[in-house]
Amino acid sequence: MAKVALMDFDEALERFEPVLGFEVHVELNTETKMFSAAANPAHPSNHDAAPNTLVAPVDMGLPGSLPVVNETAVRYSISLGLALGCDIAPSSRFARKNYFYPDLGKNYQISQYDEPIAFEGQVEVELEDGTTFEIPIERAHMEEDAGKLTHMGGATGRIQGAEYSLVDYNRAGVPLVEIVTKPIYGAEANAPKLAAAYVRAIRDIVIGLGISEARMERGNLRCDANVSIRPRAAAGEPVAPLGTRTETKNVNSMRSVERAVRYEIQRQAAILAAGGTITQETRHWHEDTGTTSPGRPKSDADDYRYFPEPDLLPVAPSTELIESLRAALPEPPAARRRRLKDAWGFADIDFQGVVNAGLLSEVEATVAAGASPASARKWWMSEISRLANAEGVEASSLIEPASVAALQQLVDAGSLTDKLARQVLEGVIAGEGTPQEVVDARGLAVVSDDGALIAAIDEALAAQPDVLEKIRDGKVQAAGAVIGAVMKAMRGQADAARVRELVLERAAG
Amino acid sequence: MSDLIRLTAADLSAKLAAGEVSSVEATQAHLDRIAAVDTEVHAFLHVSDHALEVAADIDRRRAAGEQLGELAGVPLAIKDVLVTTDMPSTSGSKILEGFLSPYDATVVARSRAAGLVPLGKTNMDEFAMGSSTEHSAYGPTHNPWDLDRIPGGSGGGSAAAVAAFEAPIALGSDTGGSIRQPAHVTGTVGVKPTYGGVSRFGAIALASSLDQVGPVSRTVLDSALLHDVIAGHDPHDATSLTDAWPSFAAAAREGATGEVLKGLKVGVIRELPDSGFQAGVSASFRESLALLEAQGAEIVEISAPHFEYGVAAYYLILPAEASSNLAKFDSVRFGLRVDVPGGTVEDVMARSRDIGFGDEVKRRIILGTYALSAGYYDAYYGSAQKVRTLIQRDFDTAFAQVDVIATPSAPTTAFRLGEKLDDPLQMYLNDVTTIPVNLAGVPGISIPSGRRHPVHRATARGCPPLPRRCGARGTARGFVGWSAA
Amino acid sequence: MRHLGVLARIQLDDHEVERLTGQLSAIVDNIAKVSEVATPDVPATSHPVPLQNVYRPDVVGEMLTVEQVLQNAPDATEDRFKVTAILGEEQ
Repeated sequence: MAKVALMDFDEALERFEPVLGFEVHVELNTETKMFSAAANPAHPSNHDAAPNTLVAPVDMGLPGSLPVVNETAVRYSISLGLALGCDIAPSSRFARKNYFYPDLGKNYQISQYDEPIAFEGQVEVELEDGTTFEIPIERAHMEEDAGKLTHMGGATGRIQGAEYSLVDYNRAGVPLVEIVTKPIYGAEANAPKLAAAYVRAIRDIVIGLGISEARMERGNLRCDANVSIRPRAAAGEPVAPLGTRTETKNVNSMRSVERAVRYEIQRQAAILAAGGTITQETRHWHEDTGTTSPGRPKSDADDYRYFPEPDLLPVAPSTELIESLRAALPEPPAARRRRLKDAWGFADIDFQGVVNAGLLSEVEATVAAGASPASARKWWMSEISRLANAEGVEASSLIEPASVAALQQLVDAGSLTDKLARQVLEGVIAGEGTPQEVVDARGLAVVSDDGALIAAIDEALAAQPDVLEKIRDGKVQAAGAVIGAVMKAMRGQADAARVRELVLERAAG
Repeated sequence: MSDLIRLTAADLSAKLAAGEVSSVEATQAHLDRIAAVDTEVHAFLHVSDHALEVAADIDRRRAAGEQLGELAGVPLAIKDVLVTTDMPSTSGSKILEGFLSPYDATVVARSRAAGLVPLGKTNMDEFAMGSSTEHSAYGPTHNPWDLDRIPGGSGGGSAAAVAAFEAPIALGSDTGGSIRQPAHVTGTVGVKPTYGGVSRFGAIALASSLDQVGPVSRTVLDSALLHDVIAGHDPHDATSLTDAWPSFAAAAREGATGEVLKGLKVGVIRELPDSGFQAGVSASFRESLALLEAQGAEIVEISAPHFEYGVAAYYLILPAEASSNLAKFDSVRFGLRVDVPGGTVEDVMARSRDIGFGDEVKRRIILGTYALSAGYYDAYYGSAQKVRTLIQRDFDTAFAQVDVIATPSAPTTAFRLGEKLDDPLQMYLNDVTTIPVNLAGVPGISIPSGRRHPVHRATARGCPPLPRRCGARGTARGFVGWSAA
Repeated sequence: MRHLGVLARIQLDDHEVERLTGQLSAIVDNIAKVSEVATPDVPATSHPVPLQNVYRPDVVGEMLTVEQVLQNAPDATEDRFKVTAILGEEQ
């Protein structure tokens, strides 16, 4: 395959202005699907259900079946619209989007077309370096997800070259909210990072609302990235018209979003610079090669023949309902970050580190459970993160914030040294129990009985009789050898500082 | 025994309740009748092989003293557009040959719960598109009164079954006249309830905003009894009305005395040209009006200026919604699959649909696809929806002046199989009396009138004032009035 | 016409294409008729019932068993429906 030409990113940004757009699909975690009472696979208790076991007649388009709207999904959608700063439509209808594809139970998707439930909003997005952007939201609307296709018999498991495909309709009918941005200008060289930050911001919002599990790796949150570039105008010249955009799908992580946007900018710049034109099309992101490849040519000639869904009635939320949902909105993520930063007093870089690691909630909960902000940060950002990376899992999945706080309390009380505490941490993570239980079971408590320490010191001195001489001579550091020996004998369960005190006392007295 | 099949459902239910006859006997009598005549009539696509077991069970429960509904033990024919778990549902199409639904339509479930005994599934125009049942993929049904003639459509099977005494009552569906027009040409009673009055869950969809399921019978009381069983809110159908319905059977019985006709205002539409109607039909209609006047009703001329546009609007709305509703038949999850060697799934879908659908269905799907196409929506489908508004307004205005509206159900009596209505005016008139009712969602009923040979009977159609709002009472009065006639 | 056939996923043969093209004109008459009265000031009615906000509670109800889901499947394996190679991309 011919290698695709890419322009150097910085050069691309010099010559062209990138314009972005995003379509994010959020799977709601309601108990049931959008239009049927089948259990929802996007609800955490159902996510590994066997194929075709979560299907109601309308999900697979059985003749005579009819949709009925999930009330909770509507509330969640309104809440999400409000959290996105949108207006809520006083009345909106569902519409049929007609097209044929094996993953559609009815060969039409029930969606919303010209009457989205929410429209005209904005989302504040913060980059790692602290700069903020306001992303304009065009609309958020309700629709249903399609089933899952598995392509078999081909070399890569992808659709090209597959011999046949298998269809599972569990996911057909899962409630979705599709969030569409307006064109995003001004990101410039930050475009790739902004893309990832936007997705993270949406994720934070839906998790904060509790309406979605938002696990990208499970498809709870999906992002299609639209990228176009246009030549920069020289001073005094009019701005060039918007370039042709491509839509990149199959970006399954925030890092992929960032890489894909970066790649598309570079690819499109190379084409334009060589005098070519950009084809308006859907492209697929390939995580393994870090490239995009063309899918179907995207054209607005796709004729979906939208018309109002005759089987469903209009959604007309009352002002009372909207206002009660608005009042119940949690603190917006940006405001929360500011509040916590002030409360904890971390240096910018330290606070940003916590945010970037996605551990804000964990640190907050640990502080709430009694630990100091500094110690909470220390545990989560160093030891717990290290262990999580080693196992390839999320730090938040290893241990409860309350346990971390309890552990720190033991250190604060002098029952544990830092080193011992790390051992206890591993024990708690391994499921051996609470910190105290691990301490007791493993006998890791710091020995606070001077008698035991003195006995150990005597033994060590017996092996190194000249240490006391050296100390009296002024070589205090000679104590180190004894301390080391004692610590070793006590298997680290001694307060090294106390041992040193006792050794020096001995030398003195 | 042959007397059993001539009983109305009401009379049969009385005998069952009195213990004079068992459900097994009644069911057997109807099964025998089907065996005797259905080779010629071809009303049924499938006859149940366990109807007697169901009947026996009802008899057992009745003997045990269980409280049963009025229609318990009465046999019932079911239009093949309604899905059933124990019998195939084809909607008159090859594309669904042998399809066995894993769930029962709500009206079927309610009928079973009421103790009715399903006899079988009846023939229909494919996917309810047609008005003669000649478009069934399984061969036409013949009018029991004259086997050379059509029984109407799309629900010709149910109407013929009832007219031929193969079943006392039946379930049908009506999108633009599919219950009422067959009733007209078979001399039976057919009702299209208020839109939303009866659940559509399990009725294979044609045009979702027009379809309704309704009863077919030989008397108004029987239809009322069946309506009582099937009507009412269904949480599986978002478009079903939530108001509780009063007993139509009670209203029908009350109306049979004729009292209610006194002072009843009957509207007759000014804009319907007399010239298009077969002479016998017009005469019969006028006789019916005279009868009503004699009983104390008042005939009032009303204007319905937009009804003529209703037909045009209907032929834009129906194909559009149908084209979308029929997209689910794609050979993937159920239905006919025609393999295409080396072909993609798109090829298989396209070929299966081309072979599985009949010409009339394909024609309407294509027209509907066109009516919804980009750039055409506003002018076609969108405009047609505006006509609906105008027609609803016509009805609102009319019902402020009259209680019911009467028209002949169709311009001609049954024509011969193979004949078509050539005269565009007659084709138009065939629709203009039934279609506006579906567009507006108001109820309609077709009742036999006249005493001559049924084939030449004209039927008058009553349109009880039901507006989507004041519903129940109005409809009951309507039923009532017509019972007397 | 062929494009309509593609949109409707029906493989029309030449004969059908010819016949149907002629019949499309029937629709034109209907449109002309309807547009006589479908003026901008008239609102469209998409539903003949005066209902809105019809919902069901978010409670799991009856679902089909996998056997029921597959009971009419033309081809199935591994508890899923089987289809031949797909040409188009997912939307």
